[in-house]
Amino acid sequence: MLSPADLQEPVASAPLSGPLLAPKPGRTAFCRAAGLSLAALARLLAGSSVRWIASQPDTCQRIYFANHTSHLDALIIWASLPQPVREVTRPVAAKDYWSRGIFRRWLAEQVFDAILIDRTAIKVHQSPVDLMLREAGTSHSLIVFPEGSRSVSGEIDEFKSGLYYLAKKRPDIELIPVHIDNLNRVLPRGEFLPVPLLSCISFGPPLWLERGEAKLDFLARARRAVISLKE
Amino acid sequence: MNDIRTIALITGVLALLTAVTAVGQFLKRHPDRGLDPAAIRTFNLRIRGWWVLCTVLAAAFWLGTTATVVLFGLVSFWALREFITLTPTRKGDHRALFWVFFAFTPLHYLLVGLNRYDIFSVFLPVYATLFVLARVAFAGDYKRFLERTAKIQAGLVVCVYCLSFAPALLQIPIEGAGAVGRSANFRLLFFLILLVQFADCMQYVWSRMLGRRLVAGAVSSNRTWEGLVGSATSTALLAAALWWAAPPFQPWQAALAGLVVATMGFAGGMTMSAIKRDRGVKDYGTLVVGHGGVLDRIDSICFAAPVFYHITLLVTGAGL
Repeated sequence: MLSPADLQEPVASAPLSGPLLAPKPGRTAFCRAAGLSLAALARLLAGSSVRWIASQPDTCQRIYFANHTSHLDALIIWASLPQPVREVTRPVAAKDYWSRGIFRRWLAEQVFDAILIDRTAIKVHQSPVDLMLREAGTSHSLIVFPEGSRSVSGEIDEFKSGLYYLAKKRPDIELIPVHIDNLNRVLPRGEFLPVPLLSCISFGPPLWLERGEAKLDFLARARRAVISLKE
Repeated sequence: MNDIRTIALITGVLALLTAVTAVGQFLKRHPDRGLDPAAIRTFNLRIRGWWVLCTVLAAAFWLGTTATVVLFGLVSFWALREFITLTPTRKGDHRALFWVFFAFTPLHYLLVGLNRYDIFSVFLPVYATLFVLARVAFAGDYKRFLERTAKIQAGLVVCVYCLSFAPALLQIPIEGAGAVGRSANFRLLFFLILLVQFADCMQYVWSRMLGRRLVAGAVSSNRTWEGLVGSATSTALLAAALWWAAPPFQPWQAALAGLVVATMGFAGGMTMSAIKRDRGVKDYGTLVVGHGGVLDRIDSICFAAPVFYHITLLVTGAGL
């Protein structure tokens, strides 16, 4: 579906996204301004305090992986990053949610520059991991939620293997664990009106896939890294 | 604000703040006095918080009554979010909380701004209570029902209802104040905040100097009976000395108000300590450096404001 020439373009498989296929610098000033104000609004609404624990914000290529508690997660992590870092960071989001309706689609594609993954039709020749890495290229960072979907219990579920394959295919990218606290109370599953409680976003120290580390061991270690940020 | 009493009050407070700032800076520069450096740092951070408080209050006063009501409304909103963040809620409370934050809190402050004492005095304690109870019941989750609704209710009463009596002071008609009525009301509000802050400090100082008998060691390890009595007495004396600044009061009435304000402020501090102890935290938030959360700053004002409001009503004969 994607030719090599399309590599730096937004997801081409989204129908009706023809006019939005401008190259990335083409994100208009309006979209940037919308992004800035939305980030400010989200941080205000979710009252998020941001902590960097043994870790520093950096524009180098990274994968932020976090526990998934609310539809606001990707937005809040994105908003918690300093502006220059935010510019190079693209959330990975579910296409079935984010391409529904003109406004959501505009947000995802033009404001957050999100990579939309089709959860319903994962094809053999185009795995989500390949798509993510292709979209990330050599300069973009990603925000992923390795639990796959929002946790129902409030506990952090087992991680799916995508994170392992990302780490294996691109061992040079730093993996940053992120813990999101209290956001599930701001906007719980199944609700659409937020309650403005205070949340906390913690960024942890980077980790990498060790040489010869088994998939399950790595996934368990990554999950522990997120949990340990809870304190 | 061109009358002599307001100028005198403001000058006095600025002089006092400048003096304590100088003392704080002196102690910081000369650490070899056998004083605990951590205590000095806390002291200095507290002074900085007072400057912030004074600046914000001054700006609100300058902008007028509406701005002050809006400012207190925002403080209430923030305090309430700290309060609810700290208390565990269940998903069944979500919709009720939404209305509490975005409908009841703003509406209540609207009523305060419109000076509808007859409605705002019952709006939250009666109608919000009934709404919260019913909305949580409608949500279909009956687990620990009374406990959950009581938490929301306590948050509303302390953070929103009680605090709103502070800006409501601006609406009390003061006889004989005439054209300077507005500035007289502002002085009344300033008087309350000054007394509460002073009582807090005096409580700390007296507890440090003479404190032996803890009121409730399990709740607060630095609040003593000596601190309470000392702070109530000193605050009453300060209030009597400043009676000229608070329009409707005679010196003895001001002293009585000071006594009650100090006691209520102490009770507010104890109450919030108990909640924090139960939740295992030290502070409510991280907004002003060194000042914990907003709620940590205003707990005493929340408890003192309604009583002070009603004392003022009694004295002016404007109601009750």
